[in-house]
Amino acid sequence: MDLKEKLLSSFLVFENKVDIDSPIHDVRNEAIKVFEEKGFPSKKEEAWKYTSLNKILKEDYSLFPKQENAIEYKDVKKYFIHDIDSYKIVFIDGKYSSHLSETTHDGIDVCLMSVALSKPKYSLIIKNYFNKAATTDSLPALNTAFAQEGAYIHIPKNKVVDKPIQIINFSTGNEAATMLQPRNLVVAEENSQVQIIERHQSLTENAVLTNSVTEIFADNRAIVDYYKIQNDHNNASLIDNTFIKQKRESIASVHTFSFGGKLTRNNLNYYQNGERIDSILKGVTILGDKQHVDHNTLVHHIEPNCESHQDYKGIFGDSATGVFNGKIIVEKEAQKTNAFQSNNNILISDKAAINTKPQLEIFADDVKCSHGCTIGQLDESAMFYMRSRGIPEKEAKALLMYAFSNNVLNSVKIPEVKQRITKIIANKLGVNIGFDL
Amino acid sequence: MSKYTEDDLREELKTKEYEYGFYTDIESETFPNGLNEDIVRAISKKKEEPQWMTDWRLEAFKVWKDMVEPEWANVRYEKPDFQGISYYSAPNSKPKYDSLDEVDPELLATFEKLGISLDEQKKLTGVAMDVVVDSVSVATTFKKTLAEQGIIFMSISEAIKEHPELVKKYIGTVVPQKDNFYAALNSAVFSDGSFCYIPKGVKCPMELSTYFRINQAGTGQFERTLVIADEGSYVSYLEGCTAPSRDENQLHAAVVELIALEDAEIKYSTVQNWFPGNAEGKGGVYNFVTKRGLCEKNAKISWTQVETGSAVTWKYPSCVLKGDNSVGEFYSIAVTNNYQQADTGTKMIHLGKNTKSTIISKGISAGKSQNSYRGLVQINSRAENARNFSQCDSLLMGNECGAHTFPYIEAKNKSAKIEHEATTSKIGEDQIFYCNQRGIDTEKAIALIVNGFSKEVLNKLPMEFAVEAQKLLEISLEGSVG
Repeated sequence: MDLKEKLLSSFLVFENKVDIDSPIHDVRNEAIKVFEEKGFPSKKEEAWKYTSLNKILKEDYSLFPKQENAIEYKDVKKYFIHDIDSYKIVFIDGKYSSHLSETTHDGIDVCLMSVALSKPKYSLIIKNYFNKAATTDSLPALNTAFAQEGAYIHIPKNKVVDKPIQIINFSTGNEAATMLQPRNLVVAEENSQVQIIERHQSLTENAVLTNSVTEIFADNRAIVDYYKIQNDHNNASLIDNTFIKQKRESIASVHTFSFGGKLTRNNLNYYQNGERIDSILKGVTILGDKQHVDHNTLVHHIEPNCESHQDYKGIFGDSATGVFNGKIIVEKEAQKTNAFQSNNNILISDKAAINTKPQLEIFADDVKCSHGCTIGQLDESAMFYMRSRGIPEKEAKALLMYAFSNNVLNSVKIPEVKQRITKIIANKLGVNIGFDL
Repeated sequence: MSKYTEDDLREELKTKEYEYGFYTDIESETFPNGLNEDIVRAISKKKEEPQWMTDWRLEAFKVWKDMVEPEWANVRYEKPDFQGISYYSAPNSKPKYDSLDEVDPELLATFEKLGISLDEQKKLTGVAMDVVVDSVSVATTFKKTLAEQGIIFMSISEAIKEHPELVKKYIGTVVPQKDNFYAALNSAVFSDGSFCYIPKGVKCPMELSTYFRINQAGTGQFERTLVIADEGSYVSYLEGCTAPSRDENQLHAAVVELIALEDAEIKYSTVQNWFPGNAEGKGGVYNFVTKRGLCEKNAKISWTQVETGSAVTWKYPSCVLKGDNSVGEFYSIAVTNNYQQADTGTKMIHLGKNTKSTIISKGISAGKSQNSYRGLVQINSRAENARNFSQCDSLLMGNECGAHTFPYIEAKNKSAKIEHEATTSKIGEDQIFYCNQRGIDTEKAIALIVNGFSKEVLNKLPMEFAVEAQKLLEISLEGSVG
């Protein structure tokens, strides 16, 4: 039985198990119909031209973990940004782990989707926001159909969250192959501020497929910072669907750091519903082995006087492949838009490949839009300069690559996250130098 | 002095009718509408073609029958009814003319109106022309001069008869019959076109030029051009066209194949000004063209195009850089106005080592038009040290038009260096103000800015053509260019 059939048949079981009177009962049913009709995307679709899901769909994934698994904090401490105080929402094989988490209802809501879906006090927010940003593409629809658990974050008006929030999804690999579908909702009301760090981590080499959906709503003048750290095992695949709806004068930024995983697909969609909005999309990708990362971004400029800034850097070694597909749409009404997009890549191996497709679709005349895209190598004269001063080749290369991605790192607002990323980069490049230059 | 604003310009652009819209009534020999194997055979027979050519056409027709029209382009139009088109029409098929006097005077008048009087061309410009009116070559000039150098420049139907070995060897090698829907259709029914062969080491002494024109109501033109530059040779080839105003949509599906052998260089320039439809978007030519060139070692192919006409354009002049050190270039200006739609760009396929390509594309959209750049730069794994530079700039006039960019960049070699840059902007008020301040009126200022914007491409056109290109830009953006 292929994965699609399996998912369709287990939907009924799933529906009976969760509360049938749930307010999103109809939404789920609608979504499964969409998925049934569309199925998994194939390479024939323009948006999936360079990424094939065939290989990862072959595994026989178990959809609902059979048993609860506990893990000790000391074993997984390294996956947390542990040197700062933070709220934590931790899931193990899709189930909430209360002893690893630290949630709150004190002024803000940092808790669970399952709670938000079942308790009446959240029903208004769920009604107004749940599935209101996600598209009806097949994979987000599939997630919606099985939406049950994930992080629920609600920041009321004028509230600045005192510490970052970490959302971590562990998979224990107790079963040969697991499919996870976390569903996160972030609602930041007027003038509020929040920082979120998200990570998906498998603890064994067993196959994992995560199809995650995150919906983020930034109301007037809200500031949302979102960091995605992707450094998983070579058998773990991630399809991340993030949808951000912004209102007037809000600032939303998403930093995506992709350093591992078998196949990672980041669908990142921004919709600007108001004036003077700023949208920031940044990413660093450093890949080796046979890893594959596909960044698929959309910035939809709907109203005037908004800005968007995209900056994606990629370094590809071994047989890794990278895809960047960035789309900017500027509607007729969105005059005075400033939209920038840049994608720089370095290929360091003959078997590595990069496919990039920066797209502009512009219907307004008074705009400044540009995109730039380069593919190149490390600067040989810079290498020579360093080597002639006694810096070994490996370290010299690492320094250059670090410098290459520095633009993106510099805009990270949490110092500890930046430190962690630089450590991962050093690790990835196999060098032992502190990058605090 | 009354102020001439962009709105005035837009207004003028909207109401500007196609200047060259006239229709010459020549007794045409036209096939019944529709397409089947018999029609393909009949075309082939009409052209007195050898059996291999007939078979080649039939093969293409077989493939075409099973193909579907491509829909990926960013254009919307009513699909042509392929059974509602006549696939062959020839102006009064007399034997070849010896002098201009024998040519139908009405036809000559057509040329006169278009400003390309043959004898004037002969005397003044030094351009040899192979004039095509509705698919049959009417007059060929300067043939003798060219023949002295061993250059073959004739219609493709003549070439099939006179140089079958060359045609057989090269036709379909760059654009195979089954390449795409329109290429297959063209392969099956092409009526005429140009053939050019430059022998080894010969530098063609003059610019070769062809004018294409659609002239008979309800006929589509299916031109086939084949240019072969043998080792170490050089040729500059010009192609230009304007078509009479017509209500019904006309289909133009041409195929151009360029072959540059070792150390050869081909420069192919196009000025395209088919009827774009009237201000309501009615009528106009569908231009679905497949153009591709193949570069052997050290060879160079350079495409330059000025696209101002057609209701729908679907055109991607491409270079296959097969040989080491080969160079591909693409320079384009695409102007769309009213309801015109253009989806154009290029493909640079890097196969050989040290191959280089440059893409400069300028899009100007006005009225309610849609202008798209779609390009592919592909560096294959064996293409060491490949280099590409692309630049796509769009200029928007008014907020009812659109500019789109769809660049595909695929690199499979670590030594590849690729740069791509795209910008979109409008004519800045400060730029106009600057000019006004210095006594340049707004109309002239816009002309200046548009000219400056497209200069990089206009500069690449051969002298003879640059003038005409400028003229066509003027017609398309009348009121802005002084």
